[in-house]
Amino acid sequence: MADVDIVQIESLTFAYDARPILKGIDLKIRRGQVVAIMGGSGCGKTTLLRIIGGVLTPTAGSVRVLGQSMGTLTQSQLYAQRRQMGMLFQFGALFTDMSVYDNVAFQMREHTNLPEDLIRDLVLMKLDAVGLRGASQLMPSALSGGMARRVALARAVALDPTLIMYDEPFAGLDPISLGVIARLIRKLNDSLGATSIVVTHDVQESLHIVDYVYFVSEGRVVAQGTPAEVRESTEPFVRQFLNGEPDGPVAFQFPARDYAADLDGISAA
Amino acid sequence: MNRSAIDLWVGVFVAIGLAALLFLALKVGNLASISASEVYQVQAKFANIGGLKVRAPIKSAGVVVGRVSDVQFDNETYEAVVSMNVDGRFKFPRDTSAKILTSGLLGEQYVGLEAGGDSAMLKSGDRVRLTQSAVVLENLISQFLFSKAQESKDSKDSK
Amino acid sequence: MGNVSAILRGMGRTVTDKLWRLGFASRFLVYLLVHSGTSFRRFRLTVKEIYFTGVLSLIIILVSGLFVGMVLGLQGYDTLQRYGSSEALGVLVALSLVRELGPVVAGLLFASRAGSAITAEIGLMKATEQISAMEMMAVDPIARVVAPRFWAGVLSMPLLAALFSAAGIFGGYLVGVRLIGVDQGAFWSQMQAAVDVRQDILNGVIKSVVFGVAVTWIAVFEGYDAPPTAEGVSRATTRTVVTSSLAILALDFVLTALMFTGGNGK
Repeated sequence: MADVDIVQIESLTFAYDARPILKGIDLKIRRGQVVAIMGGSGCGKTTLLRIIGGVLTPTAGSVRVLGQSMGTLTQSQLYAQRRQMGMLFQFGALFTDMSVYDNVAFQMREHTNLPEDLIRDLVLMKLDAVGLRGASQLMPSALSGGMARRVALARAVALDPTLIMYDEPFAGLDPISLGVIARLIRKLNDSLGATSIVVTHDVQESLHIVDYVYFVSEGRVVAQGTPAEVRESTEPFVRQFLNGEPDGPVAFQFPARDYAADLDGISAA
Repeated sequence: MNRSAIDLWVGVFVAIGLAALLFLALKVGNLASISASEVYQVQAKFANIGGLKVRAPIKSAGVVVGRVSDVQFDNETYEAVVSMNVDGRFKFPRDTSAKILTSGLLGEQYVGLEAGGDSAMLKSGDRVRLTQSAVVLENLISQFLFSKAQESKDSKDSK
Repeated sequence: MGNVSAILRGMGRTVTDKLWRLGFASRFLVYLLVHSGTSFRRFRLTVKEIYFTGVLSLIIILVSGLFVGMVLGLQGYDTLQRYGSSEALGVLVALSLVRELGPVVAGLLFASRAGSAITAEIGLMKATEQISAMEMMAVDPIARVVAPRFWAGVLSMPLLAALFSAAGIFGGYLVGVRLIGVDQGAFWSQMQAAVDVRQDILNGVIKSVVFGVAVTWIAVFEGYDAPPTAEGVSRATTRTVVTSSLAILALDFVLTALMFTGGNGK
């Protein structure tokens, strides 16, 4: 049924200054799913996330999020949409001039009229869900990378959003923190009844927690499937990605002239 | 820095800023002397106002009693018409004379009022009848040179 | 011949770039003004920024004002006593400060201390994606982050300029009356007679408000527009100080011409 799809993308094209980044993406995300969008760096997955969040407008194609077409919204409609979304930015993007508590309370104070003691309870609950209730008075500069990421996660789910987006949530974390974040992504998704999109290139962690995977390479979806299907896939890109092979559909060498000709050129000079 | 400390310091900052403005206005400038008292307007016609400007002081016996409010040109009589705001506390007789004087040797020009003896006082809208124009330096110099030339001619003639 | 046309094309491009940037900055200012409601409805935000721009600039403003006033006292006395007018020292110090030095020098100091701090702060927030995060949380970052800083700068500037002038006059008094021995009565009374509230002090205040708008506008715009890298932010900070300083001096010329000469040629 159409309204079970939280995100529906058809033939999405996006170009930045005449440079095409997305060349026809088709994508469907159903309610309650945790979906991973994987690919190498520069393949356009962060751009995809930004388009879903309404930060960028598609050049062509249709993007429907929570039933609304994202390309045609006014600013207030867009802001109304975003109140149902939560986003975890790479490295957290916490507000450095506020404490952990104020960061998580931010959306509650801006968008609701809840009294302070109710906000206090909510903030402590969210922090407890990510295991940082005791750190509420710390400033972001005093947190480790993993802790900052978790606080940002608590902040992203502060208003119980319907759609949660994660931009490289596993980047730069130690194995313990990796495990914690991965578990939290799944747990929060299920306990909030939300839908999650995880943009990542960390294969091992994500395959444990997601329901479906889309592989993006050079602006197109080259493979998709459940984790089990993906592990069995014979698609060359998927194999190269999963096994971490240096060369394959994604070439090792950046396009360059003939090697000998290049060397001759230098020595002749 | 918690919230209340910031508020305190901002309050202090704004307070001393406003105090500085007040200090400038009262102690440095002449706000205190521009009294809120009523002023009445009188006019005077001069053949030449020299360097008299709007807002120049009106003094009597050396004390500031008002300010020049406007300077216009009368195209019929080819005279300057000076409008003056005189402090309401001071009343001048109707035969007061107005002279354009210079403060110091080369200072700015002002209007000097010399009281006459009439029992009736100037009212708002009245015109000061007796006026003396400004001394224009160039005229003075040419007068001086002319009289010097005249002197030497006389002494030559008398020889 | 080809080089000349290349140079001309380069110049043309620079001019169009600057014009485009000016247009963009103007639209930014208009958007900021339209969305300034939050800065006043939640005045707390603006108060916090007044602390960072105004209160923290107090020391440098007061100390600089004091020194400038003292120098004016020394230099002024040296020149005036040659014409036997040393009693006009108060007039000299007061008019120089209230009309020109107060607004201009306080403006320049404000630009380099508070202006650069604002640019760096906003630029850094943009580089660490805090601005994007706010956007994604459906909070307009211009209304929440930029506008309060703008109004804080506009409100702080006239107060800082007045404090600078007051400190300077005090410095001139210290040097002239206490150190050199100019008559105290003459110092203050001549000053009071010569400094007009409307002509001099009010015009000085108007100047400082105009400078405040210019400096803070440049500071917030450069910060918001900075490329989100370390190098981009540092370049933007430098640009803020340079552009603000030039703007202050140019505006000072225009305002002085309007206020102190053409206006009352009668």
